[in-house]
Amino acid sequence: MKRILGTLILIGAAYASPGWAEEQAEEIGDATRGAQVYKKCSGCHQVGANAVNRTGPHLNGIYGRKPASVEGFFYSKGLERAAADGLEWDLEHLDAYLENPKALVSGTRMSFRGLKDPQDRHDVLAYLRQFSANPQDIPESAPTMVAREVELPPEILAIVGDPAYGEYLSSECQTCHQKDGSDKGIPSITRWPEEDFVIAMHAYKRKIRPHPVMQMMAGRLSDEEIAALAAYFKELE
Amino acid sequence: MTLNRRAFIGASVAAGATLSAPMVMGASHGKPRVVVVGGGAGGATAARYIAKDSKGEIDVVLIEPTRTYYTCFFSNLYIGGFRDLSSIAHSYGTLASEYGINVVHDWAIGIDRDAKTVSLAGGGSVPYDRLILSPGIDFVDGAVPGWSTLAQNKMPHAYKAGSQSELLKAQIEAMPQGGTYVMVAPPNPYRCPPGPYERISMVAHKLKAENPTAKIIIADPKEKFSKQGLFEEGWNTHYAGMIERIGPDFGGANVEVNPDEMTVNLDGEVIKADVVNVIPAMKAGRICELADITEGNWAPVSGHTMQSRVDENIHVLGDATSQGDMPKSGFSANSQAKVAAMAVRGALTGSRVFPAKFSNTCWSLIDTDDGVKVGATYEATDEKIAKVDGFISQTGEDAAMRKTTYEESVGWYEGITADMFG
Repeated sequence: MKRILGTLILIGAAYASPGWAEEQAEEIGDATRGAQVYKKCSGCHQVGANAVNRTGPHLNGIYGRKPASVEGFFYSKGLERAAADGLEWDLEHLDAYLENPKALVSGTRMSFRGLKDPQDRHDVLAYLRQFSANPQDIPESAPTMVAREVELPPEILAIVGDPAYGEYLSSECQTCHQKDGSDKGIPSITRWPEEDFVIAMHAYKRKIRPHPVMQMMAGRLSDEEIAALAAYFKELE
Repeated sequence: MTLNRRAFIGASVAAGATLSAPMVMGASHGKPRVVVVGGGAGGATAARYIAKDSKGEIDVVLIEPTRTYYTCFFSNLYIGGFRDLSSIAHSYGTLASEYGINVVHDWAIGIDRDAKTVSLAGGGSVPYDRLILSPGIDFVDGAVPGWSTLAQNKMPHAYKAGSQSELLKAQIEAMPQGGTYVMVAPPNPYRCPPGPYERISMVAHKLKAENPTAKIIIADPKEKFSKQGLFEEGWNTHYAGMIERIGPDFGGANVEVNPDEMTVNLDGEVIKADVVNVIPAMKAGRICELADITEGNWAPVSGHTMQSRVDENIHVLGDATSQGDMPKSGFSANSQAKVAAMAVRGALTGSRVFPAKFSNTCWSLIDTDDGVKVGATYEATDEKIAKVDGFISQTGEDAAMRKTTYEESVGWYEGITADMFG
């Protein structure tokens, strides 16, 4: 942590100099190893050229960003409140957030237990550091590809869900998953992109994802019912 | 009435037919009224979903005697010291203020099915177009010889949460070192199948820390019980030597209690106990008997709509029903409430009706961070609610998995109580 605190002072000091991001990344941790650790994040977050919001917001320019500030992403009230209270994504707070998201922002919808190993956090923060600061520092790589857990035929992905049916079906989900997106022990499923929702449910249905309750719940849903749920949860206020 | 009843039971498709009925307007008021009796996992959920989804088209009245509702689920965790009592207490304020539900804190003491009115202990009566009964359980008189409601202070059941839970916990804390706790377990069917055994786990957890030489005896009339392998494994791991279960082969069904002497006569052997937790045989909440919709101890319902098989204007939810394969649990009642809410709205306002789906999961805590679960999904057939698929935690799971399961149960508690009370 000493090293990290040391680099904190540097952040903001030499913001504009070329090559700065790589240098800074090196001081934070091992960005190459961080790219591997980042696989734990990439199910929800994209980073890199043309990265877009998915289940989580994209992470380009995360350093120095105000929390809950990416346009078009529906944030938890907890994160909005933290931003209003003055939280900023500097190295120290990113590190704390990654260690235990709910300890830093109690109402966050980020359903992630956190990275307990400081080295993992430093390496992934070094990796993310490369995608911050000046646009020219963003590597010309494709956005992080979300590993597809199941390859679904295009006709399944093309099903247009009936949100009214989804609303009825969702009542079964909401015995555990809270509608307002707050979560504690059970992840939020509110406002997921439709495709991610559909893929996740089919992964449970095919027992590729391991959770027995979800395998059972998804196991008896038809393709149309999964699409209906995805359509409903996408639009939830 | 007998004729109506037979006719209704015979016509198992009648339930489906009512769903496409045109909008029904209440005779004496502008919009249709649904009266819900009982504000637990079934009733509160049904009231909230009908009010929320009908967007003011249906007048919802919820009759519930208590102002503060203590959930039975997680009340064992209170006894074990994992939860405060306040953390399982809920008020009806949000249902009234945000959902416009008329919450009446009174006892329903009678139902006139011809006039379609519910009479209240406080006087007066409430007319309904549809009635939803979700009264939970009452105890069968004389089920445990020597025990009655008058004895419940000496020998608490703690199977309706609140003051009984507090009493049982206080009695356990007052046990002398090396004292004896006896549970008289109930026969099937009863509320929360794993409940008595989670209770035992929580009592053992508490005694292990505070009174490690104490003994726990279970007099059990059942050959087998829910999650038996998981509980017995956990008891061996965490509470070796503390717990003795006496099943029916050894007289566990032949029990008589003496509350004045604090003794339990177990198949002829008299046990002097410090705490006796009597969980008698159960039946549907008494209002179902008063409405004359029970057969035996329970109220039979159609799984398609949760309508009483006796009276199509009455839906019954949760523990009070006999419906088929679903266990009597808060999760089940919550699941059934959503089916009933949809059917009631469909019948009264013509809203869309979808096929009934049900599910249940029951989590139990065995010791700190050692959670297990069992669950299943169900569908409605004309005969019953039938199990489709299920799962159960495995013996020998690692500690991380058990901890995750426990954390999941905490998340579920937050979820279901938000789903019930808004």
